[in-house]
Amino acid sequence: MAGDSLTQTEYIKHHLTNLTFGQHPDGTWGMAHSAAEAKSMGFMAIHVDTMFWSISLGALFLYFFHKAARSVSADTPSGLQNFVEWIIEFIDYSVRGSFTAKNDMVAPMALTLFIWILLMNVMDLVPVDWIPSLAQAMGIHFMRVVPSTDPNATFGMSLAIFALTLFYSFKMKGVGGFASELTMQPFQSDNIVVKILFFPVNLFLEGVSLLSKPVSLALRLFGNMYAGEMLFILIALMYGGNFLVAAFGGVLQWAWAVFHVLIVTLQAFIFMTLAIVYMDMAHSEH
Amino acid sequence: MNINLTLIGQSITFAIFVWFCMKFIWPPIVAALDERKQKIADGLAAAERGAREQELAQEKAIAVIKEAKEQARTIISQAEKRNAEIVDLAKDEAREEAERIIIAAKAEVEQEANRAREELRGKVIDLALAGASKILEREVKIEDHNASLEKLSASL
Repeated sequence: MAGDSLTQTEYIKHHLTNLTFGQHPDGTWGMAHSAAEAKSMGFMAIHVDTMFWSISLGALFLYFFHKAARSVSADTPSGLQNFVEWIIEFIDYSVRGSFTAKNDMVAPMALTLFIWILLMNVMDLVPVDWIPSLAQAMGIHFMRVVPSTDPNATFGMSLAIFALTLFYSFKMKGVGGFASELTMQPFQSDNIVVKILFFPVNLFLEGVSLLSKPVSLALRLFGNMYAGEMLFILIALMYGGNFLVAAFGGVLQWAWAVFHVLIVTLQAFIFMTLAIVYMDMAHSEH
Repeated sequence: MNINLTLIGQSITFAIFVWFCMKFIWPPIVAALDERKQKIADGLAAAERGAREQELAQEKAIAVIKEAKEQARTIISQAEKRNAEIVDLAKDEAREEAERIIIAAKAEVEQEANRAREELRGKVIDLALAGASKILEREVKIEDHNASLEKLSASL
């Protein structure tokens, strides 16, 4: 399906470029027409496709769950309610397993994370050219349909979680408690001079471990999904070959999609579980 | 792979989604789940209570049946006793009645016999006179033979 007018490199590049809205170098606002142009827009630009798909999928999730929640009854549940209850109980079980403090925000956050990320990841299973081709026909040049392959989306979530962990760390442990957590361990001493000497070492180690949490959380999801998408794009390149290569590509795409279902679910689950664990760490005192 | 405003947009979107979920989705569903849990627990407790009550009722029923049987037995034995009494009483009455009837019958028979005798006694004089007149072929006067006639009549 690689277009005749595109080389393979161009095809891949095209698939990896977001629909970016921002300020052109000449001062006017508008869509970027190439990857280089998008890059030149700097920070003051926005990925319209990422925003559109993530908000649409999130709205879809909230719509169905809200529909179930509005007509919820304690009697025999209907089909949708049954499904929603099944997921809620699964999330509730996960939160109870990892989160020991009391915070009514954590379970809904875990639910939102799991379903939202799952839906965004599932977009990876839609054949890579379908939606971009449709967009092309509608006059939209770039279209990346998997928001979780955009680091902005994964870092957006992980940084929000990081902010929440900082907020609850300060709230639960106080400034002193949180500061001592960052400076009094892992190296400890009863001697006050040694203790002070350990401060910078501990702060460095704890600071790295603190900052690595949101980074690893975001990069894990992004890396897995980006790699999966890249593989789909590479497989799609085979459709440009002769019949035998194209047929083999079809089989490969199917096989990778089956395997990818596992990754899609697993990554959503891992992201959720780690977010719960980080929240638990923010609440628990040492 | 550019980091730009999308990052902040995604964070805000995420925050709004979590808020919405926390406000409108999670509480009602969890409340319904808890309510159902409570309902099921109540139902199970009620079932258990019902079973226990049924057991008690069964025990009670058995006791009542036993008592009723006992009562029936006493009533039957009392009735039998009373029956025998009534039969005896009836027998006695019947015997008395029979005796009375016999006595009355005997008295009546005697009375009848006496009356017949009296009648015969009244007529025997006439018969004797008539018989004697026929035999003697003359009139026999009652006054002449009054004494012997009286004697005859008395002998009857």
